[in-house]
Amino acid sequence: MDRHSSLTTSRRWGIALVAVPLAFLAYFFIYPLATVLVTGFTSNGNIDLEPLRTVFGRDALLNVAWFTLWQAVASTLLTLLLALPAANVMARYEFPGKRLVRAAIVVPFVLPTVVVGSAFLALLGPQGPLGIDLRQTIWAILVAHVFFNYSIVVRTVGAYWERIDPSLLEAAQLLGASRSQVFRRVTLPILRPAIASAASLVFLFTFTSFGIILILGGIGQATIEVEIWRQATGLINFEVAAALAFLQISGISVVLFLYSRYQERRAVQFRHQPSQSAPRAITRGQQIHVVGNLAVMAVLLGAPIFVLIERSLRSASGYSFDAYTGLGDQISGLAAPATTAIWNSARFAVVATLIAVTIGLAAATVIAYRRGWLSRTFDALLMLPLGTSAVTLGFGFLLALDAPVDLRTSIWIIPIAHAMVAIPFVVRTAVPVLRSVRHRLREAAAMLGAPPERVWREVDLPLVTRAALIGAGFAFAVSLGEFGATSFLALPSNPTLPTAIFRLLGRPGTESFTSAMALSTILMIGTATTVLLIERFRRDTPGDF
Amino acid sequence: MPTKRSAVLVAILVTAMLVTACSDSSDSTDKPAELILMTHDSFALSAGMLEAFTQEYGIPVTVLESGDAGTMLSQAILTKDNPIADVAYGVDNTFLSRALEEGVFLEYESALLTNVPVDLAVDPRVTPIDFGDVCINYDKAAFSTTAPPQTLADLTLPEYRDMLVVQDPASSSPGLAFLLATISTFGEEGDYTWRHYWQGLKDNGVLVTSGWTEAYTGAFSGGGGGGTRPIVVSYASSPAVGVFFADPPPADAPTAALLDGCFRQVEYAGILTGTDFPEEAGLLVDYLLSVPVQEDIPLNMFVYPANSAAALPQVFTDYSPVPVATAEMSVETIERNRETWIDEWTDILR
Amino acid sequence: MLQGLRLTVAFEDTLALDAVNLTVHNGEVVAVMGPSGCGKTTLLRAVAGLQDLDVGTISWDGRNLRDVPPHNRGFGFMFQDYALFPHLTVRGNVEFGLRMHGVDGNRRTARLDDVLETVGLADYGDRHIHELSGGEQQRVALARTLAPSPRLILLDEPIGALDRSLREHLIAEMRAIFDHLEVTAIYVTHDRDEAFAIADTVAVMNRGRLIRKGAPQELWDDPRDEFVATMLGFSAIVDAKVYDGWADVGWTKISSDLEPGEHRLTIPPQAIRVASNGPTTGRVLRSTYRGGKYNVEFTIGNTTLQASTNDHFVVNDEISFHIDTTGVRRLDD
Repeated sequence: MDRHSSLTTSRRWGIALVAVPLAFLAYFFIYPLATVLVTGFTSNGNIDLEPLRTVFGRDALLNVAWFTLWQAVASTLLTLLLALPAANVMARYEFPGKRLVRAAIVVPFVLPTVVVGSAFLALLGPQGPLGIDLRQTIWAILVAHVFFNYSIVVRTVGAYWERIDPSLLEAAQLLGASRSQVFRRVTLPILRPAIASAASLVFLFTFTSFGIILILGGIGQATIEVEIWRQATGLINFEVAAALAFLQISGISVVLFLYSRYQERRAVQFRHQPSQSAPRAITRGQQIHVVGNLAVMAVLLGAPIFVLIERSLRSASGYSFDAYTGLGDQISGLAAPATTAIWNSARFAVVATLIAVTIGLAAATVIAYRRGWLSRTFDALLMLPLGTSAVTLGFGFLLALDAPVDLRTSIWIIPIAHAMVAIPFVVRTAVPVLRSVRHRLREAAAMLGAPPERVWREVDLPLVTRAALIGAGFAFAVSLGEFGATSFLALPSNPTLPTAIFRLLGRPGTESFTSAMALSTILMIGTATTVLLIERFRRDTPGDF
Repeated sequence: MPTKRSAVLVAILVTAMLVTACSDSSDSTDKPAELILMTHDSFALSAGMLEAFTQEYGIPVTVLESGDAGTMLSQAILTKDNPIADVAYGVDNTFLSRALEEGVFLEYESALLTNVPVDLAVDPRVTPIDFGDVCINYDKAAFSTTAPPQTLADLTLPEYRDMLVVQDPASSSPGLAFLLATISTFGEEGDYTWRHYWQGLKDNGVLVTSGWTEAYTGAFSGGGGGGTRPIVVSYASSPAVGVFFADPPPADAPTAALLDGCFRQVEYAGILTGTDFPEEAGLLVDYLLSVPVQEDIPLNMFVYPANSAAALPQVFTDYSPVPVATAEMSVETIERNRETWIDEWTDILR
Repeated sequence: MLQGLRLTVAFEDTLALDAVNLTVHNGEVVAVMGPSGCGKTTLLRAVAGLQDLDVGTISWDGRNLRDVPPHNRGFGFMFQDYALFPHLTVRGNVEFGLRMHGVDGNRRTARLDDVLETVGLADYGDRHIHELSGGEQQRVALARTLAPSPRLILLDEPIGALDRSLREHLIAEMRAIFDHLEVTAIYVTHDRDEAFAIADTVAVMNRGRLIRKGAPQELWDDPRDEFVATMLGFSAIVDAKVYDGWADVGWTKISSDLEPGEHRLTIPPQAIRVASNGPTTGRVLRSTYRGGKYNVEFTIGNTTLQASTNDHFVVNDEISFHIDTTGVRRLDD
């Protein structure tokens, strides 16, 4: 009896929900992308597929494709392996400082790869605590990928996990299931959509990994993303770059399509259970589980961060705060004081977050309400920007966005590009929740006189707010740390924290170096604080939204 | 009503963002409302430098920053039919041939070229603005008892084992310059070619990083990042820059550049083909080559001025004199062989 | 006045609603009764507009509601599982409909207090939904449905999930509220007692069709249809040959004023008087104690009968009784 009337998607409302994200995506993603590909495959006005033949004909380029794929799979699996137990800890256990930990784990996510790369070079070098030289090995890449993507899994899966009604698990236990059976037969199937969701994001990020591969990878080791960059900007070989971009997007599209098919079939409805089960006595094993995972976090995420902070405090005469106190002054090499970069970053991040949340929630609603291939395509399409190389997109903007309004050199493009990367986060966190909202609640609202758009605002929105805020936190963080997409545009000087850090690192002298580390530290603290505030706001918004 | 209040708040916030974000956009009219200069992200001049141009000619200058020099050239090529700027500055000799092939620049002869050494001016379509030399640098502290290397060839000697860090020419501009320096020095033919030299470096424990930052501030012991290798590929100007930005300034430069086997990167400015204001663009190119800007360049971009009438800052003459003997290679040779050489290098070092 | 004509809904190859005609007059409470899967919930959802019709029209006071979406019909709906908004407090839930209808300020507060008072939850406004018991949640759901004063209230087994004693209590309370507010309502249930207690009119549904409609008394006195009889609890159905003023059911003869011929009769527990000197004797199958009385099930011939008695029987005991002919109902074939 699950055939509903068109109640939740009145025609006009439905069209608006589809049209806004679609128009955004069409203009800022598909159009530039198509332009860049067509340009790459056109010679003298004719479509020429020779570049594709070149790619498939060259062993070196095929090796790049293969390396890209397997390192992404390995990184994703390793991240899941390490982060899933932590997601359980965050979802099911209370401990002092939990909210701080939840916010702090986002920090790695926003750090510019240049900065993290240098920290990892120090940690994994022969002088590092491990004492073995892992530089230029696959392990360095894998560990760094886990470092960056850990929080995606912990937070998206954790948020879903804590909403599973504990009585479900108790029921399974009473039916005679062992702890591991409960996990395999009940918890895991319910969690699957969230895990698939997080895994798909991690896969996309690692598939298109750039800075980490460049800095930590061995000589000649490259992902498609790196190779596109090299071909386009190092060798000015746009044809091969376009062919590689096509290859990359095709690969990502296949993965995304399979993913969303799977995702839709797996959607599970369950009651939103405010976690209020009485605190139970924690066994010794559980204690070890909690403490162990916190220890993993401390080492994995803490060590590189510690290295950064330590370096920001170094000075000729031991340790000092000189690098911080000097940030308000004009630092050589930066066009404006570092405080300008901080303000710019915050400004862009707020705009990008607003765009991402608006468009992301609209899109998530369509994806959650509608079934079938259209919704699936839409879903995959929204994720595609994450899997598209920054060079391709940056050059696409330059080629396509010159009319009707010349946006090519407008700083608006910065929050727009950031939002495009952030939208999938909002969608990924909101869709599973929206799908789990019982349709009956929407019917109840309609019967009380709420028109569809009001139903969405009064029922779906508040229920999805928690997830949306987690997505918004990510969006904000993504925007704060985003460096790739905009670095291939030509824009009036508007230093953001990452570009300021990058610039400072590009100059000789201890001064510049410690200033860069100090700015990185500020970026980390800023991110953690913002995420903390966002989550606090969420907590203080119980009923009347 | 919390709903209404937060809605108002969001509206105000958005408006504020829009206003501040929009405030620096501008319209273009028949007369040049502004001149746009596209350049790479290492571009820097002292505050007030470009404003001085505006004061003199009444035309504001907007600077567009791209990624590195290669990215900027790509952008100039991709937008050549409808350019985003009037002048491009920062294309160097490793890319110049390609830029000329693509026809992105208009011919222009600056009156100030008379002050520029003739070997820097290679084509009438581009004007040399500055040059920098990629050289071996070393940490003086590591060579207090032993002698630092004197030539490129020394670097394969056992006493310099595990000391050198270089950049990958596939991803780094100084890395490519250093490769070109070795090719120029050791040649392509004979008993001992550049390939043998690199095999020698590899056997001697050379460390390759992806970029200058990882090499200089990461692996190099004199770069402030806690590295352990005392020899690095960097710029001839690096020692002076290290002194200039140290606080307090040291009595002597902690690093030095080896002036043998340097490769000279010359940066050019050019008027973009599609500009509506070629005349005014010419004024800007002239301005970049004028003595005030030229004397401002060294301490902002750590390169040497192309205009020989410009004086070098004291700290440069003290610690980073201009290298005299540098490797020579024509822009056409570089363009023709770049990809093959990088591939060969990768095969040797892998 | 609600009028449903030839209401038809098909789910794949089965007809959930098969040409149902239903009229509800203003101030009338109609109980729709039937076993699960008979289409009664579909009927309710179709009236609400939550379910699209394949055939048929629903109109209110002569106006066709086909193009009126659920939120504009002015109907209220009370769901079996209440569908209370988990993110809102009791107050938030109850005033939801008022907000949707643009009732603001003092009027809203007054109405809210009024409705909460009506359902006996005056001090519960700030409670969270998950802090409430099942009965309290039911009252909140009722208050929420009543608050916007809908012109028709649709109730889908609204007390089905509660325990028996609470149900009896609540049904009486609801009836009082309905009478007081002169509510027009359709009340879906599978329980005869509930239907009789709440409704002015009872409609019985089976397999998507509306079989019978009438006042409770009318149905009780003359179920006419075998299915209706079963729904009303008339379980003992026998074939009888009628001749000479007697109905012969095989194991006894009952005086009857039916015309001669073959008939089907039902003998409800109320028609059986257990007495040690009764003319007929059966064998006890089981006996259940029901607070003060025993409910005894026994067989005689091929028929199973039920009776209510003060006496205690055990299995296989003989039980003697006579039949009160006024309690026997005739069923149409």
